[in-house]
Amino acid sequence: MTKLTELTITAALLGLKTKQFSAAELVADHSAAIIASRSLNAFITETLDSAAERAKISDQKYAAGTAGVLEGIPLGYKDLFCTKGVLTTAASHILDGFKPPYDSTVTARLDAAGSVMMGKLNLDEFAMGSSNETSFYNAVTNPWRRRSDPNTPLVPGGSSGGSASAVTAEMVMGATGTDTGGSIRQPAAFCGLVGFKPSYGRCSRWGVVAFASSLDQAGPMTRSVADAALMFEVMAGFDPLDSTSANLPVPDTRAAVASTDLKGVKIGVPKEYRIDGTNPEIIAMWEEGVRWAKAAGAKILEVTLPHTKYALPTYYVIAPAEASANLARYDGVRYGLRVPAASLDEQYEATRAAGFGAEVKRRILIGTYVLSAGYYDAYYRKAQQVRNLITRDFTEAFTKVDLLLTPTAPSSAFAIGDKTMDAVTMYLNDVFTVPASLAGLPAISIPAKLDSAGLPLGLQLIGRAFDDAMVIRGAAVLEKSAGFTHRPHSIAG
Amino acid sequence: MSLNQDDVKKVARLARIKLPAEAIPAMITELNGIIKFVEQLQEVDTKGVEPMVRVVTMPLPMRDDRVDYPNLQREVLSNAQEADIAGNRGRYFVVPKVVE
Amino acid sequence: MSLESAMAIAAEPQDLIEGATGKWEIVIGLEVHAQVLSQSKLFSASATAFGAEPNSQVSLVDAAFPGMLPVINRFCVEQAARTGLGIKGKVNPVSVFDRKNYFYADLPQGYQISQFTQPIVTGGEIILDLPEGQSKTIGVTRLHLEQDAGKSSHDLHATKTFVDLNRSGIALMEIVSEPELRSPEEAAAYLRKLRSILRYLGTCDGNMEEGSLRCDANVSVRKPGGEFGTRCEIKNVNSIRFVSQAIQYEARRQIEILEAGGTINQETRLYDSARGETRAMRSKEDAHDYRYFNDPDLLPLELEPGWIESLKSALPELPDARSDRYVHDYGLSPYDARVLAAEQEFSAYYEAALTSGATVQRDPKIVANWMTSEVFAVLNRLNLEISQSPISAAHLGELVDLISDGTISGKIAKEVFQAVIDGEGSPREIVESRGLRQVSDSGAIEAAIDSILAANPDKVAEFKSGKDKLFGFFVGQAMKATAGKANPAMLNDLLKKKLT
Repeated sequence: MTKLTELTITAALLGLKTKQFSAAELVADHSAAIIASRSLNAFITETLDSAAERAKISDQKYAAGTAGVLEGIPLGYKDLFCTKGVLTTAASHILDGFKPPYDSTVTARLDAAGSVMMGKLNLDEFAMGSSNETSFYNAVTNPWRRRSDPNTPLVPGGSSGGSASAVTAEMVMGATGTDTGGSIRQPAAFCGLVGFKPSYGRCSRWGVVAFASSLDQAGPMTRSVADAALMFEVMAGFDPLDSTSANLPVPDTRAAVASTDLKGVKIGVPKEYRIDGTNPEIIAMWEEGVRWAKAAGAKILEVTLPHTKYALPTYYVIAPAEASANLARYDGVRYGLRVPAASLDEQYEATRAAGFGAEVKRRILIGTYVLSAGYYDAYYRKAQQVRNLITRDFTEAFTKVDLLLTPTAPSSAFAIGDKTMDAVTMYLNDVFTVPASLAGLPAISIPAKLDSAGLPLGLQLIGRAFDDAMVIRGAAVLEKSAGFTHRPHSIAG
Repeated sequence: MSLNQDDVKKVARLARIKLPAEAIPAMITELNGIIKFVEQLQEVDTKGVEPMVRVVTMPLPMRDDRVDYPNLQREVLSNAQEADIAGNRGRYFVVPKVVE
Repeated sequence: MSLESAMAIAAEPQDLIEGATGKWEIVIGLEVHAQVLSQSKLFSASATAFGAEPNSQVSLVDAAFPGMLPVINRFCVEQAARTGLGIKGKVNPVSVFDRKNYFYADLPQGYQISQFTQPIVTGGEIILDLPEGQSKTIGVTRLHLEQDAGKSSHDLHATKTFVDLNRSGIALMEIVSEPELRSPEEAAAYLRKLRSILRYLGTCDGNMEEGSLRCDANVSVRKPGGEFGTRCEIKNVNSIRFVSQAIQYEARRQIEILEAGGTINQETRLYDSARGETRAMRSKEDAHDYRYFNDPDLLPLELEPGWIESLKSALPELPDARSDRYVHDYGLSPYDARVLAAEQEFSAYYEAALTSGATVQRDPKIVANWMTSEVFAVLNRLNLEISQSPISAAHLGELVDLISDGTISGKIAKEVFQAVIDGEGSPREIVESRGLRQVSDSGAIEAAIDSILAANPDKVAEFKSGKDKLFGFFVGQAMKATAGKANPAMLNDLLKKKLT
């Protein structure tokens, strides 16, 4: 018999509605899975007791016929989302002991829809990283292992590494992630999940610890496209508390999820994503994805995004610049860590030196540098101009096509410790995901196949701004083509 | 361009992050690695291109002038490591004395 | 306005300072922070009331909790635009908000949201009312919206600074003048006029004691007509008088340094009003690099030209227009007109005194004279605001009516005025109760004159032989006989007739 933890959200909702099992049972099984998989270090804070209590309410709601759209579904929240009265750390020492007196808009919406928070998930510190190794709460392990080398722990990707690991290990049915340059999509690819970054402005940023305000976007990480669409519809929506929130109706994705073909859809294959030296297995997976799309009835066109090469350097100016200001509030005065010192300035310096990890410090310093007098024009302004060109490339391409199809990441999951020596090498992980972030476009990663080492690879679909439904449609169809049913050995048993 | 020791010290000071002297050489190397990477941007012809601050193109939404907030004094002070919350002087955040 | 044109502005000769090496000119630019009179803060919905318990009006946005975001207050934008229009500036259809980055205990975000490259208002002018009816126009560079910081108290504890964030996030309009002021008096006149405009508009209460109007002064000195010198910024001076004193002190300090062969350090200084000195601020010694950049949490502020136009057409009459109207329509002297228009409360009182309960047109000049002399003297003596005046505008109007219709003489009116101040009732009631009604009955006056003339035949003879001065004697005697109530004009006429 199928374990409850193996179900998708969609299947679990049906089971709950038809009284095949209770929310209490569903939550209890997930609690057990969380405890069993603690070695993955996916959680920073578990809230299993409150989850059990919440599940009872869900069962009452099902009995009363007042169940929400996600009633009783066990979810995990990336620990970048503020949760009222529950430790919220951004995986940073500097937020030691911080219990927000508020819930983020996105998690409040999920809570209101009846979902059950199982805890707060690990991440790269302040979402700065691509491997979840920069967390103050230590690295997260990917449930997947190389077939040939099952003893080497791999990274789950990042920054939403705890989310990816927890969903993959069936500790939760879905998780929230945030994506600034690929932080939902790349870990989804590394863990064989669906990771959806909606259009910038779809999900409120209110109550989400900010990394780079013009790029940050919350989204779901799940084991199916249908689940991602379901979570997305709850998480998205206009929020008057976020001035950059899009005042648009949330699209109904049911038709998109149910699509079985891509007839009439034009899919672009950007030639600049064929970067020299890319792993041939990635190229092969991409080509297979193109064949699936074609077989589903899509028209395939080669398109050009000439400034693709400059997306990463652009991102690594803009994101640190914004972060340098966004992280100035962590000063030991009102919350979090304080390292006492004789003067206010010494206290700031000591607190921030002790509170931030190496990668966060690097980014704050780079961000401070590119905004400082004499360098602003050469770096920050220049990067903003190139960002404009990158966005124009997409606008131009989307006059010809409806979706773009690319790989999600240039490799499969790598070993913990492999790429931590050099920051720039790590940054290259985001080469395929950063451009859509810079342009604020909706983009999704779906698991396509396993590579020769037995690790999942992801395909990325990018859509027009606010055409989130089209991205979900493309993903739903390619998901069916891929028929990816692999599960990590450790979980499948 | 590349950063020298003074640049790194200056930037660390602006960012209020204490860098012990022994950490500076490694930081110079790391930051210059990143700067060298982003230096590629100089190849791009951006003459006449508007800097793009954000992807959102709508105008700034505005709210009405209404006080819509309870007194959150307790919540606001509750996370502080040091706050004068008992004294008859009132309830304050507390920092080392600043000489103006 | 360009730097060259600002440089070309010369001080009045009497405003030059005599140093050991000759005359010096003071160059002053003012940065005024005016708190917008709004209920809630610029980017959050917490309250702005003055004097609340520390940290009781702090939202999670104001305290910069993680993930908190700013949402702008429409009313504050409107007030900034109205103020810009009121000082004849240009309200920009697009302006943007920037982050100004620096660390300080009372700046929770680690940056202030302000407007740097594209302020909401560009340009403008303030007309100074100078002594003897002179005026001078000072250019305003810009007006922008920004958040206030919290308040640090350094004297509540021996080794700690206490921070109250109630003020954090309150909307400020920073109004920056061109460096065109040339004396402490001009600086004071600038502040008075700006404050008056703000109060007329109702955009700021102008209360310097409570900090809702604050002034930083950039002061330098130069030889007349020479290059601008290095300037020092004097921070947060909390009264107009202190601004004048601080500038005066600072200019003398700079002149002494320069004349001794020294150079001025560009620095931020604090005015110590107890000692009457400025001193360098230790907390501002660090080199500044504010790293301004567009705040990505906010979008460009876009204002419809039609909306700006509608604000403009709905502006109230402002002090300059009002004093012009008093000169042209009421025939007041420019001096009186400015005094009455300087404060909205003055002109409101004045206009009420002109019209309140009036059945006939009151003479604007007579009303103005009574106000600027008698009413202001009483207020000064009793140290009262016009709103607390012991004589109401309606009573002043009634008093003027009683003079104009001959019920009482000007002299008696002063007695009535005092009685009103003393709380005896309305002018009309006092005239009745004290029996002060002027005698305009020619028979009664004639009788009084006749008895005076009869009692003083020798004086009558002297007068008739050419001693004209005695006319006053007869007037005085007749007045005395009528207890001062005789209509002076009638008395004069009748007396003349009797003596010829």
